[in-house]
Amino acid sequence: MNIRNSKYEEALQRYHEKIANAATEDMVLNMGPQHPSTHGVLRLELITDGEIVKDVIPHLGYLHRCFEKHAESLTYQQTIPFTDRMDYLASMNNSHVWVMGVERMLGIDKEIPKRVEYIRVLVCELNRIASHLIAIGTYGIDIGAFTPFLWCFRDREHIMGMLEWASGSRMLYNYIWIGGLFYDLPVGFEERCREFITYFKPKMAELNQLLTENQVFIERTANVGVLPMDVAINYGCSGPMLRGSGLKWDLRRIDNYSAYPEIDFDIPVGKGEMGTLGDCWDRYKVRVDEIAESVKIVEQCLDRLQKELKRTADFDPRAKLPRKITPKAQDYYIRGEGAKGELGFYFIADGKSEIPFRAKSRGPSFNNLSVLPEIAKGVMIADLIAIIGSIDFVLGEVDR
Amino acid sequence: MTFDDIKELLVAKFGADAIIGEERAGMQPALLIAPDSIVDVCRELRDNPKTYFDFMSSLSGVDYGVDACRFGVVYHLASIPYRLQLTLKISVEHDRNIQKLPTFKSVSTVYRTADWHEREAYDLLGIYFEGHPDLRRILLPDDWEGYPLRKDYKNAEYYKGIKID
Repeated sequence: MNIRNSKYEEALQRYHEKIANAATEDMVLNMGPQHPSTHGVLRLELITDGEIVKDVIPHLGYLHRCFEKHAESLTYQQTIPFTDRMDYLASMNNSHVWVMGVERMLGIDKEIPKRVEYIRVLVCELNRIASHLIAIGTYGIDIGAFTPFLWCFRDREHIMGMLEWASGSRMLYNYIWIGGLFYDLPVGFEERCREFITYFKPKMAELNQLLTENQVFIERTANVGVLPMDVAINYGCSGPMLRGSGLKWDLRRIDNYSAYPEIDFDIPVGKGEMGTLGDCWDRYKVRVDEIAESVKIVEQCLDRLQKELKRTADFDPRAKLPRKITPKAQDYYIRGEGAKGELGFYFIADGKSEIPFRAKSRGPSFNNLSVLPEIAKGVMIADLIAIIGSIDFVLGEVDR
Repeated sequence: MTFDDIKELLVAKFGADAIIGEERAGMQPALLIAPDSIVDVCRELRDNPKTYFDFMSSLSGVDYGVDACRFGVVYHLASIPYRLQLTLKISVEHDRNIQKLPTFKSVSTVYRTADWHEREAYDLLGIYFEGHPDLRRILLPDDWEGYPLRKDYKNAEYYKGIKID
């Protein structure tokens, strides 16, 4: 089974030679895979000259769970729990995109009841807030600020509790189903959610005072890890990474899917307020602003869900669930805005079975992380930590 | 620009030898490109002021089944200025001989994001990309044998003498 063709081994040899031939004054340093600042099991091989990082070689795959292989042996519906486990900090967003893709292939995307669409957007945005809270909190702790981490987790816990109430699970929900939802929202959810929003708004103002405008934090992040817009586009960066570089590109507005066209929200972009456009602080600030926008979206969803789309006794979120999910033979690429950026699924359906012939997932973290060696050349090791934190990747999705 | 305009533009530039067909069955039409011209086509699509396909959303390697004896790569491009999407497909026949992998040209010189995507396709499907700067396995260990996403892949029973349960 071993391949004898040396052509395929060339790159591996080049890599080994590069490590072996590092100059004597250079040091090869392994950061991770168990280092907390790599946000999961990522190993970065650094070639350093003193404090200066000369080269970064990321090693992935410690969390590879064969998403694509599993998807080729399970039906579309059965794969939804696997999508939850990709970006486990924003599970709702993942399953939303997957479900949307299958619905469009089946041609039932226009028949989904409005209430279902609004509930989907509501839970997705709650989940986005939770994901950004983690991003901000852990970023603080990377830089050396411990308090925001605890505050963010305290507030995130409310969201976890609410989503658990709706779906029965704390992190991996399996809540959004093809054609509908697992269950309707529990009675009293909307009121509880409103309470949370009222509670949460002043907390964000506090957090901004503590971290966003903190002079030490600004010193550590402004002008660090500058990612110019053209580099970001060429490397396929998306989400807050791309918006932090100043480009107004949000698939919720570009593709106008689900209930987003009826909702009013802004797209925050980096402006280079504290330093250069596209630095770590800009990316951080985009996430903070996005939380405020998500709060706006949640409020609008609640307005609709409590007025014209009220819960009725005969409302069944599973009414449109297709009995048999067999899309006709076609290729389809679906993209949507996950918490980290453009999340895409590429389906090949053969038209005969309920199992996709091929399902490729394009994770935003995977692409966002790939730019790291480019922007981390020549920085200090401490700044590298700041850059990694500002990318905000989730290894579950990098490795899939 | 519609799909037909893009096709016309490419045929005018590269001739009918490079643009060998199209697929219109599904909701997203795709252009079939001759494998040798893919780099030029991508560069033209990226740099032409009428298209500006500057963003590569995804690059997927595909094994078209044991009977088909065909491997392919599917490119999903997006144009940020014009808000367009385009699918390109290339494929070659291949006899599944593991000593000689299906080979395509690397587009990592045009889109840097293709770097990791091509490594993934090489890792999981055994598709070789000529001209890639660093084509190592990315998700699996360097000494892994076989390509797991191939349709004829048999699950490994042992890894370095350790039984896999």
